[in-house]
Amino acid sequence: MPVLRPDLEIIAQWIEPRSRVLDLGCGDGTLLRHLRETRQIESYGLEIDGENVTRCIQARVNVLQMNIDSGLSDFDANSFDYVVMSQTLQAMQHPERILDEMLRVGREGIVTFPNFGHWLNRLQIAFKGHMPVSRVLPDKWYDTPNIHLCTLSDFEQLCREKEIRILQRTVVNSAHRTSPLIHLLPNLFAEIALYRFRRQ
Amino acid sequence: MPDTIPQDSVGLVTPQTAHFDAPLTLDCGRVLPEYDLIYETYGELNGNCSNAVLICHALSSDHHAAGYHSMEDRKPGWWDSCIGPGKPIDTNRFFVVCPNNLGGCKGSTGPTTINPQTGKRYGPDFPIVTVGDWVRSQARLADKLGIRRWAAVIGGSLGGMQALQWAIDFPQRLGHSIIIAAAPRLSAQNIAFNEVARQAIMSDPDFHEGRYYEFDTVPRRGLMLARMLGHITYLSDESMRTKFGRELREGKINFGFDVEFQVESYLRYQGRSFVERFDANTYLLMTKALDYFDPASTAGGNLAAALKPVQANFLVVSFTSDWRFAPARSREIVKALTDGDNPVAYAEVEAHQGHDAFLMPIPQYIKLFRAYMHRVAEEIA
Repeated sequence: MPVLRPDLEIIAQWIEPRSRVLDLGCGDGTLLRHLRETRQIESYGLEIDGENVTRCIQARVNVLQMNIDSGLSDFDANSFDYVVMSQTLQAMQHPERILDEMLRVGREGIVTFPNFGHWLNRLQIAFKGHMPVSRVLPDKWYDTPNIHLCTLSDFEQLCREKEIRILQRTVVNSAHRTSPLIHLLPNLFAEIALYRFRRQ
Repeated sequence: MPDTIPQDSVGLVTPQTAHFDAPLTLDCGRVLPEYDLIYETYGELNGNCSNAVLICHALSSDHHAAGYHSMEDRKPGWWDSCIGPGKPIDTNRFFVVCPNNLGGCKGSTGPTTINPQTGKRYGPDFPIVTVGDWVRSQARLADKLGIRRWAAVIGGSLGGMQALQWAIDFPQRLGHSIIIAAAPRLSAQNIAFNEVARQAIMSDPDFHEGRYYEFDTVPRRGLMLARMLGHITYLSDESMRTKFGRELREGKINFGFDVEFQVESYLRYQGRSFVERFDANTYLLMTKALDYFDPASTAGGNLAAALKPVQANFLVVSFTSDWRFAPARSREIVKALTDGDNPVAYAEVEAHQGHDAFLMPIPQYIKLFRAYMHRVAEEIA
């Protein structure tokens, strides 16, 4: 089996065996395939891109070609243990609504996103006066799918406002490693954030 | 009229007929004492009979799904885009069976068949058959062919409804159910279109209450109108615009009621040629089978509950511009399947061709269909 993307590896470790998982924006189905093969989890993934849907079918993943932005209305309340959204929150039309939807259909939510508060991003804006381009955010401002970028602080503030309880947080660099510096000042040094959360 | 048979064609094919002596009790309560099913097969059945797939046809198609009957044929079978060597339903790997449904007019027992009890054609006396009846008759065909379990049951539109019914009625007799451009039941609008089609046929003076064979005529105008109406629902607004626009046959308007716009000419041609190859009583029966299809009705309207017994893996496919059975209708099936934790993949293919898209070689559709069938083939290998 190929090596799993490190952020997906972290997510996989958070998920209890034999639970029900919905993966929003499941890409080529890597996470779901991994969960099936290592955790006996049969889950569903939503994906909008046709090429990815075919790759999921090849990976024997239960993929449903649907647009997450139009909501999760096809799923009943509390039908999953975990609803996962990896590197997709910042590309959503309504990130706030999707958090509500995640916690309507799922018991717990898991999201990962690039931390816009990373010091290199700050430097690029402060000293160069340009929208940041980095390893984690490689696109130019005009052709990026990332229309709702946020910092760790922004996300945690939104959770407080929405009375969402954060159960677990992991902050890493773009190689998905952690360091004392990241621990000390996560909003400045983390490149990628992973959160597990539920309703209070 | 292929000069040479294309490499990826199943080639020249000959239909076969299976006769069934055991009476078949139908959903309407009546009994067919005996019946025939005409069918075609492509590819080879393997040693342990595990590579068979069943193709279920839609409203107006038949058992001739792929290949050619003769070198004089103008066109191949109706699903030649998807069945053949190297195609999604790969005849190098699968043994493909496609029967003509009961009530049909292409060789299976139906209204045009002689009723052994009267010596005359059944005509309007042929019982109204349901999707469930078809599935039971197909299961008997499977028995006869030595197929205990289909690797997959596959169909588009009304054929997709049969694939769904198969999964409910014979859960252990299929590995995969592939449901394309279908719906879990008809909407009021769908039924309304069917009713207009039926009224067109039944109000034709040549209909003679369905006994037109005895008058040596056919309700030509009615059946033609029914087909013209149906055809509009198979296409999308966009595909009609692209194909015909407002193009005039003679380049100018003539202030008359003869054919002026290309789309009128096309529809009339479709209607006329349909009359030559299809029976009006069969058309009435097929539309009724569509109207009555509603597996959820056995579980108080709850489709997920009706799907409780299923064991198959599902592939559900819809097309964005299909307004006859729009993607939302396919998603009803998907929702019922996910509610019950059933394995399902769902693809919503971007296509402008409307309902007819399921018959077309649309690249994304062909790719995902091939990927899925590849998976089916690997499981039985």
